[in-house]
Amino acid sequence: MGKLVQVKNVFKSFGDVHAVNGVSLDIQEGQFYSLLGPSGCGKTTLLRLIAGFEKPTSGQVFIDNISMDGIEPNLRPTNMVFQNYAIFPHLNVEENVAYGLRNKREKRSDQNKLVDEALELVGLSGLNKRSANALSGGQKQRVALARALILKPKVLLLDEPLSALDKKLREQMQSELRHLQRAVGITFILVTHDQYEALTMSDRVAVMFDGKVAQEASPRDLYELPNSQKVASFIGEMTFIKGEIIGENKNLQVQSEIFGKINIEKSRVFGQSSKKMVLGIRPEKIAIVPKTSRSKDLISGKIIDVSYFGETTNYKVSCGTTETLTISSQNSVGQLSYSVGEEIQLKADMNNIIAFSI
Amino acid sequence: MNRSNKYLKTFAITYLIFLYAPALLLPIFSFNSSQIIAFPLSGFTTGWFKALLYQETLHEALKNSLIVAASSSIFATILGILASRAASRYYFPGKQFSLTFILAPLVLPEIIVGVSLLIVLIQLGLPLNLWSVVLGHTLLIMPFSILIMNSAFNNLDISLEEASLDLGETPLGTFRRIILPLVYPGIMASLLLGFTLSLDEFIIAFFLTGTETTLPVYIWSLFRFPKQLPATMALGTILIFVSLILLSLGEYFRRRAAKTQTSVL
Repeated sequence: MGKLVQVKNVFKSFGDVHAVNGVSLDIQEGQFYSLLGPSGCGKTTLLRLIAGFEKPTSGQVFIDNISMDGIEPNLRPTNMVFQNYAIFPHLNVEENVAYGLRNKREKRSDQNKLVDEALELVGLSGLNKRSANALSGGQKQRVALARALILKPKVLLLDEPLSALDKKLREQMQSELRHLQRAVGITFILVTHDQYEALTMSDRVAVMFDGKVAQEASPRDLYELPNSQKVASFIGEMTFIKGEIIGENKNLQVQSEIFGKINIEKSRVFGQSSKKMVLGIRPEKIAIVPKTSRSKDLISGKIIDVSYFGETTNYKVSCGTTETLTISSQNSVGQLSYSVGEEIQLKADMNNIIAFSI
Repeated sequence: MNRSNKYLKTFAITYLIFLYAPALLLPIFSFNSSQIIAFPLSGFTTGWFKALLYQETLHEALKNSLIVAASSSIFATILGILASRAASRYYFPGKQFSLTFILAPLVLPEIIVGVSLLIVLIQLGLPLNLWSVVLGHTLLIMPFSILIMNSAFNNLDISLEEASLDLGETPLGTFRRIILPLVYPGIMASLLLGFTLSLDEFIIAFFLTGTETTLPVYIWSLFRFPKQLPATMALGTILIFVSLILLSLGEYFRRRAAKTQTSVL
């Protein structure tokens, strides 16, 4: 396991638009790596820089320790699955899948064997002669995968490959892609704007905003320890309330209206520490406790909004100040449901609070 | 609604009669046994068509026309491919301007084009022969080729080219294996339409032709000999049918181009 893809201080501008604005990344061999961000954040441009369709304005891309400067896409050890699949409409499934083999000078009989193997890998056995126009969206997706994987690239690049599929098929393909990646052991780089897709599929995720990497971490760290308010609210939900530093030893002591005086580990403090801080907590780290509970540090409040999501219910709770908390409650066995206007008691997991500088 | 439909129908029928009635006279008189072009018809004959077989100057003119039509449609289509490719893929200063001007021959009167080309050729001291006609016809056909090829290239999804490069194919190989097959119907449409336009074109050919005449110029010269008129009618009949076939083929390819491209996604 070594660094397979290295992006070193890469900039890419289109006229006045700085699509990629100083990105450095190391992607380990065999990883499922995701570039996550809202549209226009430069993630697709970064992927195209790795594929060679764009040339960096400055900076370099290395694959397997070889600089990709001046190396055309057709000579790079990367293959790509395009957002619209880019299946060649005048060729059938087999011809599409075998397209890149032509340049590898494989024998005809070997080619056929490789095509059959690739089609089996993506679950399209027997569709060799099907015309490209007769394929469904999911099948096109699989042909695009087979066509790229048959060439055994060092890196497979996937540009929002699932965004055109309906929800059910998308979820199915997510788990299939993950299994496929483990089976072939090829490094995958996935571009997506869907945070759940990135979290469930990847070994590591780079979150991008405005052409820069905001945070690069494992999915768990990204969710549990987001390094900025922006990342925190892009990935899942987080409630932010005002806080004030009142002391500092090995932890940070922060005073806030709702939580009172709490200790926050230094590893959970992000940004320059100043007098005023913003405290963040995930909605599922706060529980509604029965009125009879005598536990200390309870927060009392009044429900002002209820959103029902099936497996969970979200409550907005006013805590007697100008600030409100969002609580996500699992609708599991025995869980009570509450309605707007009810007075309730809350217990927040203080160890899960994160402090951000303003 | 119904009423206006009826007027529209009448208008359409009148229009079609005006357009095609004169052309219909050609086949009628080409099978008429009389030398005089007038009603009533005197009898049926295929003699005029047979007579065409023995006119060597006609064969020479036909050969010239075919050479000119084939060459100029090929040249115009190649130029059309290059221009549309540039227009659809690259950005360069003055692109819109040059694209507009490249289509100018569409609206310029042919006689103006013919005279100007003649002056230019004479000034340059170039001889007038079949190739000067090819030059004129290429200029005339090129706007049509560009329009046809433009729609073919604009419908071509750029990610198909990128996918081909990504799969290890060279840019040249990509052009041969992906782009050409996908714009091929457009190329056929452009070739067929260009061929038809050149085959029928008279004014430019008349100005630029030297001693080797093309078919329309030859036909025009025949009008001095009334005896030849029915044979000319026979020739015209053949030309009309050949043109119709070529145009229908061209239209078939043009529609196929539109169809294959829209079904890409």
